[in-house]
Amino acid sequence: MSVAAFTVPNVTHTLSKDENLREKISIRDLDFFYGDHRALKNINVSLYQGKVTAFIGPSGCGKSTLLRILNRMYDLYPNQRASGHVRLDDEDILLPSQDLNLLRAKVGMVFQKPTPFPMTIFENIAFGIRLYERLSKSEVEDRVKQALERAALWDEVKDKLGANGLSLSGGQQQRLCIARTVAVRPEVILFDEPCSALDPISTAKIEELIDELKDDYSIAIVTHNMQQAARVSDFTAFMYLGELVEFGETTRIFTAPSDRRTQDYITGRFG
Amino acid sequence: MTTTLTDHTMKAFDSDLQDLARMVAEMGGLAEKQVADSVDALAKRDTALAQRVSAADANIDALQREIEEKSVLTIARRQPMAVDLRDVVGALRLANDLERIGDLAKNIAKRVIALNGEFPPPKLIRGVEHMADLVLEQMKTVLDAYARRDINKAMAVWRGDEEIDAVCTSVFRELLTYMMEDPRNITFCIHLMFCAKNIERMGDHATNIAESVHYIIEGRPIADQRPKGDTTTIAATQHGRR
Repeated sequence: MSVAAFTVPNVTHTLSKDENLREKISIRDLDFFYGDHRALKNINVSLYQGKVTAFIGPSGCGKSTLLRILNRMYDLYPNQRASGHVRLDDEDILLPSQDLNLLRAKVGMVFQKPTPFPMTIFENIAFGIRLYERLSKSEVEDRVKQALERAALWDEVKDKLGANGLSLSGGQQQRLCIARTVAVRPEVILFDEPCSALDPISTAKIEELIDELKDDYSIAIVTHNMQQAARVSDFTAFMYLGELVEFGETTRIFTAPSDRRTQDYITGRFG
Repeated sequence: MTTTLTDHTMKAFDSDLQDLARMVAEMGGLAEKQVADSVDALAKRDTALAQRVSAADANIDALQREIEEKSVLTIARRQPMAVDLRDVVGALRLANDLERIGDLAKNIAKRVIALNGEFPPPKLIRGVEHMADLVLEQMKTVLDAYARRDINKAMAVWRGDEEIDAVCTSVFRELLTYMMEDPRNITFCIHLMFCAKNIERMGDHATNIAESVHYIIEGRPIADQRPKGDTTTIAATQHGRR
Protein backbone atom coordinates (compact mmCIF):
# COMPACT_ATOMS: atom_id res chain seq x y z
CA MET A 1 0.00 0.00 0.00
CA SER A 2 1.38 3.37 -0.92
CA VAL A 3 0.41 5.86 1.75
CA ALA A 4 1.86 8.83 -0.03
CA ALA A 5 -0.51 8.23 -2.94
CA PHE A 6 -3.46 9.08 -0.70
CA THR A 7 -4.26 12.73 -1.21
CA VAL A 8 -7.48 14.59 -0.68
CA PRO A 9 -8.28 18.04 -2.03
CA ASN A 10 -8.34 20.87 0.52
CA VAL A 11 -6.81 18.78 3.28
CA THR A 12 -3.13 18.62 4.03
CA HIS A 13 -2.23 14.96 4.41
CA THR A 14 1.47 14.49 4.87
CA LEU A 15 2.91 11.12 5.68
CA SER A 16 6.41 10.01 4.98
CA LYS A 17 6.26 6.92 2.83
CA ASP A 18 6.33 4.05 5.30
CA GLU A 19 5.68 0.73 3.63
CA ASN A 20 5.06 -0.90 7.01
CA LEU A 21 1.96 1.18 7.64
CA ARG A 22 -1.18 -0.91 7.30
CA GLU A 23 -4.57 0.74 7.09
CA LYS A 24 -6.89 -0.69 9.72
CA ILE A 25 -9.79 1.69 9.29
CA SER A 26 -10.21 3.76 6.19
CA ILE A 27 -12.70 6.62 6.24
CA ARG A 28 -13.68 7.98 2.84
CA ASP A 29 -16.06 10.76 1.83
CA LEU A 30 -17.74 10.61 5.20
CA ASP A 31 -20.59 13.00 6.01
CA PHE A 32 -22.61 12.93 9.21
CA PHE A 33 -25.91 14.54 10.02
CA TYR A 34 -27.70 15.35 13.27
CA GLY A 35 -31.13 15.80 11.68
CA ASP A 36 -30.50 18.48 9.06
CA HIS A 37 -27.26 19.66 10.58
CA ARG A 38 -24.21 18.45 8.69
CA ALA A 39 -21.76 17.85 11.51
CA LEU A 40 -19.01 16.18 9.47
CA LYS A 41 -18.08 17.25 5.98
CA ASN A 42 -16.32 14.97 3.56
CA ILE A 43 -13.89 13.37 6.00
CA ASN A 44 -11.06 11.30 4.52
CA VAL A 45 -8.59 9.79 6.94
CA SER A 46 -7.17 6.43 8.00
CA LEU A 47 -6.30 4.70 11.25
CA TYR A 48 -3.28 2.45 11.07
CA GLN A 49 -2.51 -0.90 12.67
CA GLY A 50 -0.27 -0.55 15.73
CA LYS A 51 -0.50 3.25 15.67
CA VAL A 52 -2.23 5.86 17.80
CA THR A 53 -4.10 8.62 16.01
CA ALA A 54 -5.10 11.70 18.00
CA PHE A 55 -8.08 13.81 16.99
CA ILE A 56 -7.80 17.39 18.17
CA GLY A 57 -9.86 20.51 17.62
CA PRO A 58 -12.10 22.96 19.44
CA SER A 59 -15.34 21.81 21.08
CA GLY A 60 -18.01 21.05 18.51
CA CYS A 61 -15.56 20.42 15.66
CA GLY A 62 -16.86 16.87 15.20
CA LYS A 63 -14.03 14.79 16.61
CA SER A 64 -16.20 12.88 19.12
CA THR A 65 -18.86 12.50 16.45
CA LEU A 66 -16.27 10.90 14.20
CA LEU A 67 -15.23 8.52 16.96
CA ARG A 68 -18.85 7.53 17.59
CA ILE A 69 -19.23 6.59 13.93
CA LEU A 70 -16.39 4.09 14.10
CA ASN A 71 -18.44 1.72 16.26
CA ARG A 72 -21.85 2.89 15.02
CA MET A 73 -22.68 4.33 18.42
CA TYR A 74 -24.89 6.87 16.67
CA ASP A 75 -27.29 4.06 15.72
CA LEU A 76 -28.60 4.27 19.26
CA TYR A 77 -30.08 7.70 18.53
CA PRO A 78 -32.83 8.70 16.10
CA ASN A 79 -32.31 11.29 13.35
CA GLN A 80 -28.58 10.68 13.12
CA ARG A 81 -27.10 9.32 9.94
CA ALA A 82 -23.77 8.88 8.21
CA SER A 83 -22.97 8.64 4.52
CA GLY A 84 -19.78 7.63 2.80
CA HIS A 85 -17.52 4.70 3.57
CA VAL A 86 -15.84 3.50 6.73
CA ARG A 87 -13.95 0.28 6.11
CA LEU A 88 -12.62 -1.86 8.93
CA ASP A 89 -10.15 -4.01 7.03
CA ASP A 90 -12.26 -4.83 3.96
CA GLU A 91 -15.67 -4.51 5.53
CA ASP A 92 -17.80 -1.36 5.21
CA ILE A 93 -19.15 -0.89 8.72
CA LEU A 94 -21.72 1.68 7.63
CA LEU A 95 -23.73 -0.94 5.71
CA PRO A 96 -27.14 -1.67 7.30
CA SER A 97 -26.25 -5.36 7.26
CA GLN A 98 -23.37 -4.79 9.71
CA ASP A 99 -23.72 -6.84 12.91
CA LEU A 100 -23.45 -4.09 15.53
CA ASN A 101 -22.64 -6.40 18.46
CA LEU A 102 -19.77 -7.89 16.55
CA LEU A 103 -18.60 -4.45 15.43
CA ARG A 104 -18.59 -3.12 18.99
CA ALA A 105 -16.56 -6.12 20.13
CA LYS A 106 -14.02 -5.38 17.39
CA VAL A 107 -14.07 -1.63 18.00
CA GLY A 108 -14.05 -0.96 21.74
CA MET A 109 -14.61 2.42 23.30
CA VAL A 110 -13.46 4.12 26.51
CA PHE A 111 -15.35 7.23 27.51
CA GLN A 112 -14.50 10.51 29.19
CA LYS A 113 -16.14 9.57 32.45
CA PRO A 114 -15.30 6.14 33.83
CA THR A 115 -18.42 3.99 33.45
CA PRO A 116 -18.05 0.82 35.51
CA PHE A 117 -21.18 -1.28 35.83
CA PRO A 118 -22.66 -1.38 39.35
CA MET A 119 -21.33 -4.87 39.94
CA THR A 120 -18.15 -6.51 41.19
CA ILE A 121 -14.77 -5.80 39.62
CA PHE A 122 -14.69 -9.38 38.36
CA GLU A 123 -18.18 -9.21 36.87
CA ASN A 124 -17.46 -5.89 35.19
CA ILE A 125 -14.99 -7.75 32.99
CA ALA A 126 -16.57 -11.20 32.85
CA PHE A 127 -19.90 -9.72 31.72
CA GLY A 128 -18.60 -8.70 28.30
CA ILE A 129 -16.63 -11.89 27.77
CA ARG A 130 -19.71 -14.04 28.43
CA LEU A 131 -21.72 -11.89 26.04
CA TYR A 132 -19.50 -12.87 23.12
CA GLU A 133 -18.05 -16.25 24.03
CA ARG A 134 -19.03 -19.48 25.75
CA LEU A 135 -16.18 -20.27 28.08
CA SER A 136 -15.69 -22.44 31.15
CA LYS A 137 -15.46 -20.78 34.58
CA SER A 138 -11.69 -21.18 34.74
CA GLU A 139 -11.29 -19.83 31.20
CA VAL A 140 -13.33 -16.75 32.13
CA GLU A 141 -11.18 -16.31 35.25
CA ASP A 142 -8.04 -16.47 33.13
CA ARG A 143 -9.41 -13.94 30.69
CA VAL A 144 -10.42 -11.55 33.49
CA LYS A 145 -6.93 -11.80 34.97
CA GLN A 146 -5.31 -11.22 31.56
CA ALA A 147 -7.52 -8.19 30.90
CA LEU A 148 -6.77 -6.66 34.31
CA GLU A 149 -3.06 -7.29 33.80
CA ARG A 150 -3.23 -5.72 30.35
CA ALA A 151 -4.89 -2.66 31.89
CA ALA A 152 -2.19 -2.48 34.60
CA LEU A 153 -4.83 -2.90 37.30
CA TRP A 154 -4.34 -6.52 38.40
CA ASP A 155 -1.87 -5.85 41.20
CA GLU A 156 -4.15 -3.24 42.71
CA VAL A 157 -7.38 -5.30 42.64
CA LYS A 158 -6.35 -8.98 42.72
CA ASP A 159 -7.28 -9.28 46.38
CA LYS A 160 -10.65 -7.60 46.04
CA LEU A 161 -12.17 -8.89 42.80
CA GLY A 162 -15.48 -9.23 44.63
CA ALA A 163 -15.58 -5.54 45.56
CA ASN A 164 -17.92 -3.21 43.71
CA GLY A 165 -16.34 -1.61 40.65
CA LEU A 166 -17.65 1.76 41.80
CA SER A 167 -15.56 1.52 44.99
CA LEU A 168 -12.38 2.07 42.98
CA SER A 169 -10.73 5.48 42.50
CA GLY A 170 -11.42 7.45 39.29
CA GLY A 171 -8.16 6.40 37.68
CA GLN A 172 -8.69 2.76 38.66
CA GLN A 173 -12.27 2.89 37.35
CA GLN A 174 -10.97 4.16 34.01
CA ARG A 175 -8.43 1.33 33.86
CA LEU A 176 -11.25 -1.09 34.75
CA CYS A 177 -13.13 0.24 31.73
CA ILE A 178 -10.03 -0.28 29.60
CA ALA A 179 -9.74 -3.84 30.98
CA ARG A 180 -13.39 -4.39 30.12
CA THR A 181 -12.71 -3.16 26.59
CA VAL A 182 -9.63 -5.30 25.98
CA ALA A 183 -11.26 -8.38 27.56
CA VAL A 184 -13.39 -8.95 24.48
CA ARG A 185 -10.27 -8.84 22.29
CA PRO A 186 -10.99 -5.83 20.10
CA GLU A 187 -8.94 -4.80 17.09
CA VAL A 188 -9.47 -1.08 17.48
CA ILE A 189 -9.82 0.94 20.69
CA LEU A 190 -11.40 4.39 20.73
CA PHE A 191 -10.62 6.72 23.61
CA ASP A 192 -12.90 9.73 23.99
CA GLU A 193 -11.07 12.15 26.30
CA PRO A 194 -10.12 9.29 28.62
CA CYS A 195 -8.14 11.41 31.07
CA SER A 196 -10.14 14.61 31.32
CA ALA A 197 -11.60 13.58 34.69
CA LEU A 198 -8.36 12.16 36.08
CA ASP A 199 -5.48 13.53 38.17
CA PRO A 200 -1.98 13.77 36.63
CA ILE A 201 -0.72 10.46 38.04
CA SER A 202 -3.78 8.54 36.82
CA THR A 203 -3.43 10.35 33.50
CA ALA A 204 0.20 9.23 33.23
CA LYS A 205 -0.85 5.64 33.94
CA ILE A 206 -3.48 5.73 31.19
CA GLU A 207 -1.00 7.26 28.76
CA GLU A 208 1.56 4.60 29.63
CA LEU A 209 -1.15 2.01 29.07
CA ILE A 210 -2.05 3.42 25.65
CA ASP A 211 1.63 3.21 24.74
CA GLU A 212 1.75 -0.44 25.80
CA LEU A 213 -1.53 -1.34 24.09
CA LYS A 214 -0.77 0.26 20.75
CA ASP A 215 1.42 -2.57 19.47
CA ASP A 216 -1.58 -4.89 19.43
CA TYR A 217 -4.36 -2.55 18.41
CA SER A 218 -5.19 0.40 16.27
CA ILE A 219 -6.01 3.28 18.60
CA ALA A 220 -7.86 6.56 18.16
CA ILE A 221 -7.93 9.16 20.91
CA VAL A 222 -9.91 12.36 21.15
CA THR A 223 -8.30 14.83 23.51
CA HIS A 224 -8.38 18.50 24.38
CA ASN A 225 -4.99 18.21 25.97
CA MET A 226 -2.48 19.19 23.28
CA GLN A 227 0.48 17.85 25.22
CA GLN A 228 -1.29 14.54 25.66
CA ALA A 229 -1.87 14.29 21.91
CA ALA A 230 1.80 15.11 21.34
CA ARG A 231 2.89 12.51 23.90
CA VAL A 232 0.75 9.51 23.04
CA SER A 233 0.01 9.65 19.33
CA ASP A 234 1.85 8.73 16.16
CA PHE A 235 -0.52 10.65 13.93
CA THR A 236 -2.61 13.71 14.59
CA ALA A 237 -5.74 14.90 12.84
CA PHE A 238 -6.86 18.49 13.38
CA MET A 239 -10.57 19.08 12.87
CA TYR A 240 -12.39 22.38 12.67
CA LEU A 241 -16.07 23.12 12.04
CA GLY A 242 -16.79 19.55 10.92
CA GLU A 243 -13.88 19.38 8.51
CA LEU A 244 -10.58 17.60 8.68
CA VAL A 245 -8.10 20.43 8.26
CA GLU A 246 -4.79 18.65 8.57
CA PHE A 247 -3.56 15.11 9.12
CA GLY A 248 0.03 14.06 9.55
CA GLU A 249 2.76 12.65 11.74
CA THR A 250 2.42 14.00 15.26
CA THR A 251 6.07 15.03 15.41
CA ARG A 252 5.49 17.37 12.48
CA ILE A 253 2.04 18.63 13.43
CA PHE A 254 3.28 19.88 16.80
CA THR A 255 6.53 21.40 15.56
CA ALA A 256 5.76 22.65 12.07
CA PRO A 257 2.12 22.29 11.00
CA SER A 258 1.30 23.15 7.41
CA ASP A 259 -2.09 24.77 7.85
CA ARG A 260 -2.46 28.17 9.49
CA ARG A 261 -5.60 27.04 11.37
CA THR A 262 -3.77 24.07 12.87
CA GLN A 263 -0.95 26.33 14.00
CA ASP A 264 -3.33 28.87 15.53
CA TYR A 265 -5.19 26.16 17.41
CA ILE A 266 -2.24 24.23 18.82
CA THR A 267 -0.40 27.38 19.83
CA GLY A 268 -3.43 28.68 21.71
CA ARG A 269 -4.32 31.50 19.36
CA PHE A 270 -7.95 30.42 19.09
CA GLY A 271 -10.26 27.72 20.31
CA MET B 1 3.97 30.33 7.24
CA THR B 2 5.60 33.73 7.39
CA THR B 3 2.46 35.82 7.79
CA THR B 4 1.99 37.88 10.94
CA LEU B 5 0.65 35.86 13.84
CA THR B 6 -2.39 36.82 15.84
CA ASP B 7 -2.17 37.14 19.61
CA HIS B 8 -2.49 34.22 21.97
CA THR B 9 -5.69 33.80 23.93
CA MET B 10 -3.35 33.91 26.94
CA LYS B 11 -1.85 37.40 26.60
CA ALA B 12 0.97 36.70 29.08
CA PHE B 13 2.32 34.13 26.63
CA ASP B 14 2.73 36.88 24.03
CA SER B 15 4.71 39.01 26.45
CA ASP B 16 6.91 36.02 27.38
CA LEU B 17 7.82 35.52 23.72
CA GLN B 18 8.27 39.26 23.14
CA ASP B 19 10.54 39.48 26.20
CA LEU B 20 12.66 36.63 24.88
CA ALA B 21 12.98 38.25 21.43
CA ARG B 22 13.86 41.58 23.05
CA MET B 23 16.54 39.96 25.23
CA VAL B 24 18.06 38.20 22.21
CA ALA B 25 18.07 41.50 20.29
CA GLU B 26 19.75 43.22 23.23
CA MET B 27 22.33 40.46 23.45
CA GLY B 28 22.91 40.77 19.69
CA GLY B 29 23.51 44.52 20.07
CA LEU B 30 26.02 43.89 22.88
CA ALA B 31 27.83 41.21 20.86
CA GLU B 32 28.07 43.53 17.84
CA LYS B 33 29.55 46.27 20.02
CA GLN B 34 32.06 43.87 21.56
CA VAL B 35 33.23 42.73 18.13
CA ALA B 36 33.54 46.31 16.84
CA ASP B 37 35.34 47.48 20.00
CA SER B 38 37.76 44.55 20.08
CA VAL B 39 38.85 45.12 16.48
CA ASP B 40 38.98 48.87 17.15
CA ALA B 41 41.26 48.22 20.12
CA LEU B 42 43.46 46.08 17.87
CA ALA B 43 43.62 48.69 15.12
CA LYS B 44 44.24 51.64 17.46
CA ARG B 45 46.52 49.71 19.82
CA ASP B 46 44.16 50.77 22.60
CA THR B 47 44.87 48.57 25.61
CA ALA B 48 42.37 50.42 27.82
CA LEU B 49 39.56 49.75 25.35
CA ALA B 50 40.66 46.11 25.14
CA GLN B 51 40.39 45.87 28.91
CA ARG B 52 36.88 47.31 28.83
CA VAL B 53 35.91 44.77 26.12
CA SER B 54 37.32 41.95 28.23
CA ALA B 55 35.34 43.09 31.28
CA ALA B 56 32.10 43.69 29.35
CA ASP B 57 31.92 40.06 28.22
CA ALA B 58 30.35 39.25 31.59
CA ASN B 59 27.25 41.26 30.55
CA ILE B 60 26.75 39.02 27.51
CA ASP B 61 27.18 35.91 29.64
CA ALA B 62 24.63 37.24 32.13
CA LEU B 63 22.13 37.91 29.34
CA GLN B 64 22.60 34.40 28.03
CA ARG B 65 21.79 32.97 31.45
CA GLU B 66 18.69 35.19 31.65
CA ILE B 67 17.54 34.00 28.22
CA GLU B 68 18.08 30.38 29.24
CA GLU B 69 16.11 30.85 32.44
CA LYS B 70 13.30 32.68 30.65
CA SER B 71 13.17 29.97 27.94
CA VAL B 72 13.06 27.11 30.42
CA LEU B 73 10.37 28.91 32.41
CA THR B 74 8.34 29.60 29.27
CA ILE B 75 8.55 25.95 28.22
CA ALA B 76 7.50 24.81 31.69
CA ARG B 77 4.74 27.36 32.08
CA ARG B 78 3.29 27.65 28.56
CA GLN B 79 4.26 24.35 26.94
CA PRO B 80 4.76 26.04 23.58
CA MET B 81 3.92 24.25 20.35
CA ALA B 82 4.80 24.72 16.68
CA VAL B 83 5.99 28.25 15.84
CA ASP B 84 6.06 29.23 19.54
CA LEU B 85 8.20 26.21 20.39
CA ARG B 86 10.52 27.08 17.52
CA ASP B 87 10.69 30.67 18.79
CA VAL B 88 11.81 29.54 22.24
CA VAL B 89 14.28 26.96 20.94
CA GLY B 90 15.53 29.56 18.45
CA ALA B 91 16.12 32.10 21.26
CA LEU B 92 18.19 29.49 23.13
CA ARG B 93 20.24 28.72 20.04
CA LEU B 94 20.81 32.38 19.17
CA ALA B 95 21.84 33.16 22.74
CA ASN B 96 24.37 30.34 22.56
CA ASP B 97 25.90 31.60 19.29
CA LEU B 98 25.96 35.22 20.51
CA GLU B 99 27.68 34.17 23.72
CA ARG B 100 30.37 32.41 21.67
CA ILE B 101 30.79 35.52 19.50
CA GLY B 102 31.25 37.50 22.73
CA ASP B 103 33.93 35.05 23.88
CA LEU B 104 35.77 35.37 20.59
CA ALA B 105 35.71 39.20 20.84
CA LYS B 106 37.04 38.90 24.39
CA ASN B 107 39.83 36.67 23.11
CA ILE B 108 40.82 39.35 20.56
CA ALA B 109 40.82 41.94 23.36
CA LYS B 110 43.05 39.73 25.50
CA ARG B 111 45.50 39.40 22.62
CA VAL B 112 45.58 43.21 22.27
CA ILE B 113 46.42 43.41 25.99
CA ALA B 114 49.11 40.71 25.58
CA LEU B 115 50.62 42.59 22.61
CA ASN B 116 51.10 45.71 24.74
CA GLY B 117 54.15 47.54 23.41
CA GLU B 118 54.68 45.16 20.52
CA PHE B 119 52.27 46.19 17.83
CA PRO B 120 52.38 45.11 14.22
CA PRO B 121 52.51 47.69 11.45
CA PRO B 122 48.97 48.95 10.59
CA LYS B 123 49.04 47.46 7.08
CA LEU B 124 49.11 44.00 8.67
CA ILE B 125 45.94 44.76 10.58
CA ARG B 126 44.03 45.98 7.52
CA GLY B 127 43.10 42.48 6.36
CA VAL B 128 41.77 41.63 9.83
CA GLU B 129 39.82 44.90 9.92
CA HIS B 130 38.30 44.09 6.55
CA MET B 131 37.22 40.69 7.85
CA ALA B 132 35.70 42.35 10.92
CA ASP B 133 33.73 44.76 8.71
CA LEU B 134 32.32 41.84 6.74
CA VAL B 135 31.41 39.94 9.92
CA LEU B 136 29.76 42.95 11.51
CA GLU B 137 27.66 43.41 8.38
CA GLN B 138 26.70 39.72 8.53
CA MET B 139 25.78 40.04 12.23
CA LYS B 140 23.72 43.17 11.62
CA THR B 141 21.84 41.53 8.75
CA VAL B 142 21.19 38.27 10.57
CA LEU B 143 19.96 40.01 13.73
CA ASP B 144 17.69 42.08 11.52
CA ALA B 145 16.48 38.86 9.85
CA TYR B 146 15.69 37.49 13.31
CA ALA B 147 13.83 40.60 14.44
CA ARG B 148 11.79 40.79 11.23
CA ARG B 149 11.54 37.05 10.63
CA ASP B 150 12.97 37.72 7.18
CA ILE B 151 14.00 34.46 5.56
CA ASN B 152 15.61 36.12 2.52
CA LYS B 153 18.00 38.12 4.68
CA ALA B 154 18.81 35.00 6.73
CA MET B 155 19.61 33.07 3.56
CA ALA B 156 21.78 35.95 2.26
CA VAL B 157 23.87 35.75 5.46
CA TRP B 158 24.03 31.97 5.21
CA ARG B 159 25.44 32.22 1.69
CA GLY B 160 27.60 35.27 2.42
CA ASP B 161 30.03 33.57 4.79
CA GLU B 162 32.11 32.32 1.88
CA GLU B 163 33.62 35.77 1.33
CA ILE B 164 34.82 36.01 4.96
CA ASP B 165 36.40 32.57 4.66
CA ALA B 166 38.20 33.63 1.48
CA VAL B 167 39.55 36.83 3.08
CA CYS B 168 40.66 34.79 6.09
CA THR B 169 42.64 32.46 3.87
CA SER B 170 44.29 35.42 2.17
CA VAL B 171 45.14 37.06 5.56
CA PHE B 172 46.71 33.78 6.70
CA ARG B 173 48.87 33.65 3.57
CA GLU B 174 49.93 37.26 4.04
CA LEU B 175 50.87 36.69 7.68
CA LEU B 176 52.81 33.54 6.80
CA THR B 177 54.84 35.57 4.33
CA TYR B 178 55.70 38.17 6.99
CA MET B 179 56.73 35.48 9.42
CA MET B 180 58.99 33.87 6.85
CA GLU B 181 60.53 37.24 5.98
CA ASP B 182 61.53 38.00 9.55
CA PRO B 183 61.19 35.66 12.57
CA ARG B 184 60.78 38.73 14.84
CA ASN B 185 57.32 39.15 13.27
CA ILE B 186 56.24 35.73 14.49
CA THR B 187 54.77 36.72 17.88
CA PHE B 188 52.36 39.37 16.70
CA CYS B 189 51.63 37.53 13.47
CA ILE B 190 50.56 34.48 15.49
CA HIS B 191 48.32 36.75 17.60
CA LEU B 192 46.90 38.29 14.43
CA MET B 193 46.30 34.85 12.96
CA PHE B 194 44.28 33.92 16.01
CA CYS B 195 42.38 37.20 15.75
CA ALA B 196 41.61 36.43 12.09
CA LYS B 197 40.52 32.91 12.99
CA ASN B 198 38.33 34.32 15.79
CA ILE B 199 36.62 36.63 13.32
CA GLU B 200 36.20 33.79 10.85
CA ARG B 201 34.54 31.75 13.65
CA MET B 202 32.24 34.71 14.38
CA GLY B 203 31.14 34.49 10.75
CA ASP B 204 30.36 30.82 11.26
CA HIS B 205 28.24 31.70 14.29
CA ALA B 206 26.40 34.30 12.17
CA THR B 207 25.55 31.53 9.69
CA ASN B 208 24.42 29.32 12.60
CA ILE B 209 22.08 32.13 13.59
CA ALA B 210 20.87 32.34 9.97
CA GLU B 211 20.11 28.61 10.15
CA SER B 212 18.21 29.10 13.41
CA VAL B 213 16.20 31.96 11.89
CA HIS B 214 15.36 29.71 8.93
CA TYR B 215 14.24 27.00 11.37
CA ILE B 216 12.10 29.43 13.37
CA ILE B 217 10.33 30.61 10.23
CA GLU B 218 10.07 27.38 8.23
CA GLY B 219 10.15 24.65 10.87
CA ARG B 220 12.83 22.69 9.05
CA PRO B 221 16.58 23.00 8.56
CA ILE B 222 18.12 24.47 5.40
CA ALA B 223 18.38 21.62 2.93
CA ASP B 224 21.41 22.80 0.91
CA GLN B 225 25.10 22.48 1.69
CA ARG B 226 26.60 25.79 2.75
CA PRO B 227 29.32 27.15 0.42
CA LYS B 228 32.65 27.28 2.27
CA GLY B 229 35.76 29.20 1.36
CA ASP B 230 38.00 28.63 4.38
CA THR B 231 41.17 26.97 3.08
CA THR B 232 43.48 28.22 5.83
CA THR B 233 44.58 24.68 6.68
CA ILE B 234 45.63 24.05 3.09
CA ALA B 235 47.28 27.49 2.87
CA ALA B 236 49.55 26.67 5.82
CA THR B 237 50.48 23.30 4.37
CA GLN B 238 51.32 24.73 0.94
CA HIS B 239 53.59 27.35 2.46
CA GLY B 240 55.25 24.71 4.59
CA ARG B 241 56.10 22.67 1.50
CA ARG B 242 57.73 25.47 -0.43
